[in-house]
Amino acid sequence: MKLRETYIGKILLTIKSLATGLRVTLREFFTRKITEHYPENRKTLHIAERHRAMLCMPHDEEGNNKCIACGLCSMACPNGTISIVTKSVTDEETGKSKKVLVEYNYDLGACMFCQLCVNACPKGAIEFSNSFENAVFDRSKLIIKLNK
Amino acid sequence: MIDFNSVTTAIDRFLNSVLPHQAATLVECLIIAVCAIVAYLTFAIVMIYMERKVCAAFQCRVGPDRVGKWGLLQVFSDVFKMLTKEIIELCSSDKILYTLAPFLVIMSSIITFSCLPFDNGLQVLDFNIGIFFIMAASSFGILGILLGGWSSNNKFSMIGAMRSGGQMISYELSMGLSVLTLVVLSGTMQISDLVEEQTKGWFIFRGHIPAFIAFIIYIISGNAETNRAPFDLPEAESELTAGFHTEYSGMGFGLFYVAEFMNMFIIAGIATTIFLGGWAPFTIPGADAFNSAMFMIPGFVWFLGKTFFVIWLLMWIRWTFPRLRIDQVLVLEWKYMVPIGLLNLLIMTICVVMGWTF
Repeated sequence: MKLRETYIGKILLTIKSLATGLRVTLREFFTRKITEHYPENRKTLHIAERHRAMLCMPHDEEGNNKCIACGLCSMACPNGTISIVTKSVTDEETGKSKKVLVEYNYDLGACMFCQLCVNACPKGAIEFSNSFENAVFDRSKLIIKLNK
Repeated sequence: MIDFNSVTTAIDRFLNSVLPHQAATLVECLIIAVCAIVAYLTFAIVMIYMERKVCAAFQCRVGPDRVGKWGLLQVFSDVFKMLTKEIIELCSSDKILYTLAPFLVIMSSIITFSCLPFDNGLQVLDFNIGIFFIMAASSFGILGILLGGWSSNNKFSMIGAMRSGGQMISYELSMGLSVLTLVVLSGTMQISDLVEEQTKGWFIFRGHIPAFIAFIIYIISGNAETNRAPFDLPEAESELTAGFHTEYSGMGFGLFYVAEFMNMFIIAGIATTIFLGGWAPFTIPGADAFNSAMFMIPGFVWFLGKTFFVIWLLMWIRWTFPRLRIDQVLVLEWKYMVPIGLLNLLIMTICVVMGWTF
């Protein structure tokens, strides 16, 4: 008969396994706590780089963006979050007419942060940023114009 | 060490000099009741705060820290919230028993609380069968839990109450056995004598191996008596919503909650009294300078320090182990704790008879 099947053996094994559990929690009791004290630690707060908090359209120094007003992002969006206003401009050199972006409207309130719009964009004109403090008092403030 | 008996005797003499004897006794009873209830509630508040902080620390969290400095006002805001809650009257419940149940629970808890020796002479009830009385009064609370579960007219309450009946009555046995082991060692049941005896050395050291085994049995059965994890079957949240107090709201629930916390304090207090020397300071035989320094620390500091250490032990257990099944609970009691407790009692008796204790 093995020790672990006897009455005494069971008691000893139980004590051993219970002691293992107690040791784990005791170590946890004295480790540094992982809780983030959010509003106080704003300066040192670390947000994961890939965290999707808000859609934005990066602009270069002269205020130009990469958007070609193709509308693929607005078609990819399952919630109809993005709406684009365009106009046709005739190129002076070639004489061909070309679509130009007038307004890129993004409704943060309807966005579900699925990133399909970013994946659909052929030019990499839009991306998700880390600025997550998006609370406002009025729903109309959630509709944001992304282009400048 | 201050002897609080002199203080209480002085108050008694003063009251008897200004009032007739019966009126003086009545006034004394009122003063003691107010003091006991205030102390009871103060410790309840401290315990709830401690529970939340210690639980958080074991789970690598910080715990409440938003309401007041370090979350100190959290408990008070919880109490005020609970006071504003409606007390719901159930339509097909047994009204009298339903209302009575939380009071039975809190009554047994307060009676037991008043037996604790906080300092030399600083205890309400002290007579020759003190420990026996504590055991009797604390098992009284089961009645309240059973009545609460029965009168709620709810299947969850009923199952919870039945489980708690089976569990608490079983574990009373091994708790009694471990207390009896220490009564064999001390030769007295009076609480003041028990503590007085331990000024020469705590029983857990003087009784060495059997006393230590009794201490472990006591802690396990104490955890079961207070219905806390890993023995929280009577109120298993995931199975029975809240067990026997499912149908209670407002202060009815509040009384159950406070009584549960204070029962833990009482279990720890009794453990301190019979194993860790109550208000008796830590002494080493022979080291007189060290001993006199230890005696400079007031007794209630020793008592509360040791009690809160035992409470911390209970919380450590509570936040480590998962819940047992009801058959496992009963197997643990009847197949392991009771035989070991009886054997331990025998060992202790042999030790005492042969003079193998210190």
